[in-house]
Amino acid sequence: MRLGILLSQVRVEEKNILARAADRGIETVPVYDREVHFDLGHRTFPDVDVVLDRSLVHSRAEYTLRLLSSWGIPTVNSFAASQICDNKFQTTLAFVEADVPTLRTMVAYTPQSALDAIEEMGYPAVLKPNTGSWGRLLAKVNTRAAAEAVLEHKAVLGSFHHSIFYIQEYIEKPGRDIRVFVVGDRAIAASYRNANHWVTNTARGATSSHAPITQDIEGISLHAARAVGGEIMGVDLVETDEGLKVIEINVGAEFHGLMETTDVDIAGEILDYVVAKARQTSGTRAGVAAERGTS
Amino acid sequence: MTATTTMTAECPECGAEWQVSGLTKGEIIQCPECGVELEVVEIEPLELQLAPEEEEDWGE
Repeated sequence: MRLGILLSQVRVEEKNILARAADRGIETVPVYDREVHFDLGHRTFPDVDVVLDRSLVHSRAEYTLRLLSSWGIPTVNSFAASQICDNKFQTTLAFVEADVPTLRTMVAYTPQSALDAIEEMGYPAVLKPNTGSWGRLLAKVNTRAAAEAVLEHKAVLGSFHHSIFYIQEYIEKPGRDIRVFVVGDRAIAASYRNANHWVTNTARGATSSHAPITQDIEGISLHAARAVGGEIMGVDLVETDEGLKVIEINVGAEFHGLMETTDVDIAGEILDYVVAKARQTSGTRAGVAAERGTS
Repeated sequence: MTATTTMTAECPECGAEWQVSGLTKGEIIQCPECGVELEVVEIEPLELQLAPEEEEDWGE
């Protein structure tokens, strides 16, 4: 078994995955996204059975996963799932289409129409970059004056990404949200992310504590993962008066905070899933080849 | 890709030297003297560079 791992940097999570792979005797082939170049007409990738995407850089990961898909190399997660999850508009729409409980969301294309949308949504409202991570550039706008100021700033940021205005209802959290780690058809671990700030992201200083996986938590998390076609996912939930809702879902999910709150071997679970997928895919390929008389 | 021996690291920013072990290529470490973040770009021989600034499409 040769496991390719697409990497940008090696964080605690990747170090754990590499160590567990060594424990299991799995040969790993690290592929650093800053070092690769590809000839689109020829397969130029190490000989691996499956690739686990742990890249930090969304654009590089998406291009690489698309190429690997074209070359018939199985990946976790898939290109299609990554493309959806790296884009908040696409993610929310996938949730809406699959009836996954989520937050009310509006999209607009100009500062004026965004202001109209915010007024329709009501204050406070939350503005998020349509493509973004780690809680960066989130804005909670409490008044029309604040909305006008934020929208003016976004308009001059320069990147076309900031001219897609993604506007979401503000939910008063009970000082925490819930990170659920999904592997295949199971929620394997969950933690509360506690913060006094309205942004409850560990990259922004939230602290993690153990959360039990209730039936409701597992059910909505798996529902969300299936809606985006995800296999290994970090699902963020918020407790509301109307029950649990999904805030967002992540490919290449981080689990350093979660690791401190659980005895579950998250890296080991990831490896078991990826190896099983590689074996299943290679069995399917062999079966098709035998049917065609080409094996 | 992971160093098994102890090596001497040198900070490219302030020149501090210290002993390191168990480093993995791609890992981010902090200089104990000046506090700058450094990326392990090679293991043999050990090569450290200033860690790249986080860009807009980085993250989980």
